[in-house]
Amino acid sequence: MPEETIAVAMSGGVDSSTVAALLVRQGKQVVGMTMQLWNQRRLPELAPEGTSGGTGRCCSLDDVYDARRVAEQVGIPYYVVNFERQFEEQVVKPFVDEYLAGRTPVPCTLCNNYIKFDRFLEMSDSVGALYMATGHYARIRYDESSGRYQLLRAVDPSKDQTYFLFGLTQPQLARTLFPLGELTKPEVRELARSMDLSVAAKGDSQEICFVPNGDYAAFMDAHMKEAGIPATQTSGAIVTADGRTLGKHEGVHHFTVGQRKGLGIATGEPLYVIATDPLSQQVTVGGNDQLLRSRFFVRDINWISIASVTSPVRAEVKIRNKHGAAPGTLHAAGERVEVVFDEPQRAVTPGQGAVFYDGDVVLGGGWIE
Amino acid sequence: MRIVKLYVVQRFYFDHNATTPVAPEVLDAMVSCLGQVYGNASSIHHFGQNAKQRLEAARRQLAALIHCQPTELVFTGGGTEADNLAILGVLRARSSTAAHVITSNIEHPAVLAPCAQLEREGVEVTRLRVGASGVVNPDDVRRALRPATALISVMHANNELGTIQPIAEIAGIAREAGVPVHVDGVQALGKLPVDVEALGVDLYTMSAHKLYAPKGVGALYVRKGTKLAPIIFGGHHERDRRPGTENVPGIVAFGAAADLAGRNLAADAERLTVLRDRLENTVLSRISGTGINGSRWARTPNTSNLYFDGVDGEALVISLDLRGFAVSTGAACSSGALAPSHVLTAIGLSSDRARASMRFSLGHSNTVEQVDALADALEASMTHLRRISMHA
Repeated sequence: MPEETIAVAMSGGVDSSTVAALLVRQGKQVVGMTMQLWNQRRLPELAPEGTSGGTGRCCSLDDVYDARRVAEQVGIPYYVVNFERQFEEQVVKPFVDEYLAGRTPVPCTLCNNYIKFDRFLEMSDSVGALYMATGHYARIRYDESSGRYQLLRAVDPSKDQTYFLFGLTQPQLARTLFPLGELTKPEVRELARSMDLSVAAKGDSQEICFVPNGDYAAFMDAHMKEAGIPATQTSGAIVTADGRTLGKHEGVHHFTVGQRKGLGIATGEPLYVIATDPLSQQVTVGGNDQLLRSRFFVRDINWISIASVTSPVRAEVKIRNKHGAAPGTLHAAGERVEVVFDEPQRAVTPGQGAVFYDGDVVLGGGWIE
Repeated sequence: MRIVKLYVVQRFYFDHNATTPVAPEVLDAMVSCLGQVYGNASSIHHFGQNAKQRLEAARRQLAALIHCQPTELVFTGGGTEADNLAILGVLRARSSTAAHVITSNIEHPAVLAPCAQLEREGVEVTRLRVGASGVVNPDDVRRALRPATALISVMHANNELGTIQPIAEIAGIAREAGVPVHVDGVQALGKLPVDVEALGVDLYTMSAHKLYAPKGVGALYVRKGTKLAPIIFGGHHERDRRPGTENVPGIVAFGAAADLAGRNLAADAERLTVLRDRLENTVLSRISGTGINGSRWARTPNTSNLYFDGVDGEALVISLDLRGFAVSTGAACSSGALAPSHVLTAIGLSSDRARASMRFSLGHSNTVEQVDALADALEASMTHLRRISMHA
């Protein structure tokens, strides 16, 4: 087998299919692998009527069919590798635990950290591939002066996925290729079309792959039922910050900070979730101004372009995927970092990732406490 | 876009328990039948009679291989269907409602699943446990017998381990108790001499594609006098036991394969035992942390199931495939599933060791050179995989 083999993580979508085809066109030795992460027959109550399985986008037979078809088209060996066990332990379980602990987790980051850039990379290595490639929109660059691999935002800002990639370590970055980082989505579709890929016109996936229709609450309810956790353990009162009880709710995991819909309370002014407390099982609500925060702590930080912060560092900080990174200062606080925004930001949500940027370059990131 | 073949490697097939290539003689018989004999075997006219003659000649060929009467054979659409027909058919032919079935916990899903279905319908099922050897203890069968026991179903040879079950002893116990015995012989036919008279069994499942014939054809031996209800309905074919227009070319191929197996059985067994033992001895002496799963002795001559401690079986299979060697982890049906092989866990392997296990099943095409090349590839892959896991 040639030394420079590249394993492509193929989801069956247009992005990773284009990656596989591009690398083959460049004359690279390519192996395609699809990760089987989630059994569609799990939690059957989430399936819509008249279907046999869930509708989560990932790991459906259709996606494997599409990936296999593309692999055949471009003439590469193709395998389905099963990481269901690892996905359950390292993504689904933490996702559930975080929700039950009153935080709002980011399973895609966990999946990147523990499955895609860990188990998949290990599998790539096992089958003799020195590099792995995915269809992520992000860029990797080696910086001579610092001797570090850097992660940079994608050229297409609307598709940039660096928010979910802050956990990548130096050894992982050294062996990863993101061939789409320099391209826009329309360019990728055009490439897929020009190479006659069968998936060129396939729609984008949006939601968390194993949660059908992005309905986390329904997923959590089904999971709790399966695990035998009674609903009374998470239901409770909806209260205001000054202690007034406004109503009842059916589980803290139905709420996330900043949420407005689904409170079931009619008041004159719009109400938002300010905090959730799994211990008291209370959901605290308030006005929009009560959502604003200017400082918070970030834990479990992975530094990418720099080794650490000792003195205060200026950065743009992104506190959720759809947040347009806001300027602030990073202060070292032991193992943690305290972020101080220049202007208070809305809905700083525990459990979400906080990613620090210097322009396009990702300094690092961690989890909001 | 132009298709580029990147991996041009010589390919060697070591997965004959999953399926076999069609033998040239079998292909000839099938193609000539497919091209010339198109009558419906139920038709009165010449074309139908011609088809019927070919069908019955094939039935005689298969009957000769397992020493039964041709009229005791029912052709089916495969081994899975034959297992279902045997198990569901015997239970549905009973008049009393209380019923009990004895089977083992290392059966193929084609037996376990219909048993589970019967269980949902109110039948009690005892699944005998096997020890580390992977062989059912006949005394356990005797102890499991109840007045309501309606069927005993135990496989002749295990698909994953190759272990041979004491069918004659089990059948002897069953006969004393007046209970019919079904044997899933899919992995034994063509590898071991099969004499249903000498074994004393009542039903015996066979599959053509494990015997150098095509997929989609199977057969069930049903001893004369055995009560068996049909499980599908629609015609009077196969003595009312399996309706549907007969797949004459497929059955003709099955007959030719049975003929071939009868002639080559002893020589094949000897040759494959030598090759299999050579593979095992080389692997066990050259690669540390390896061993044989199940009994080393009572096995089909072509099958070897080995563990390779500390590696992920899935990675090893892919790595070997990229080097041109086709092998399998456990049964093909388990591959891609979450749980490790039920057979390997049944013989007491930890889930780690079960996941680190590999099945090599040899056949006609394999040579000494291929076996040595496989051992070399295994050693190279193992060195690589263990180096990685040390760094991980």
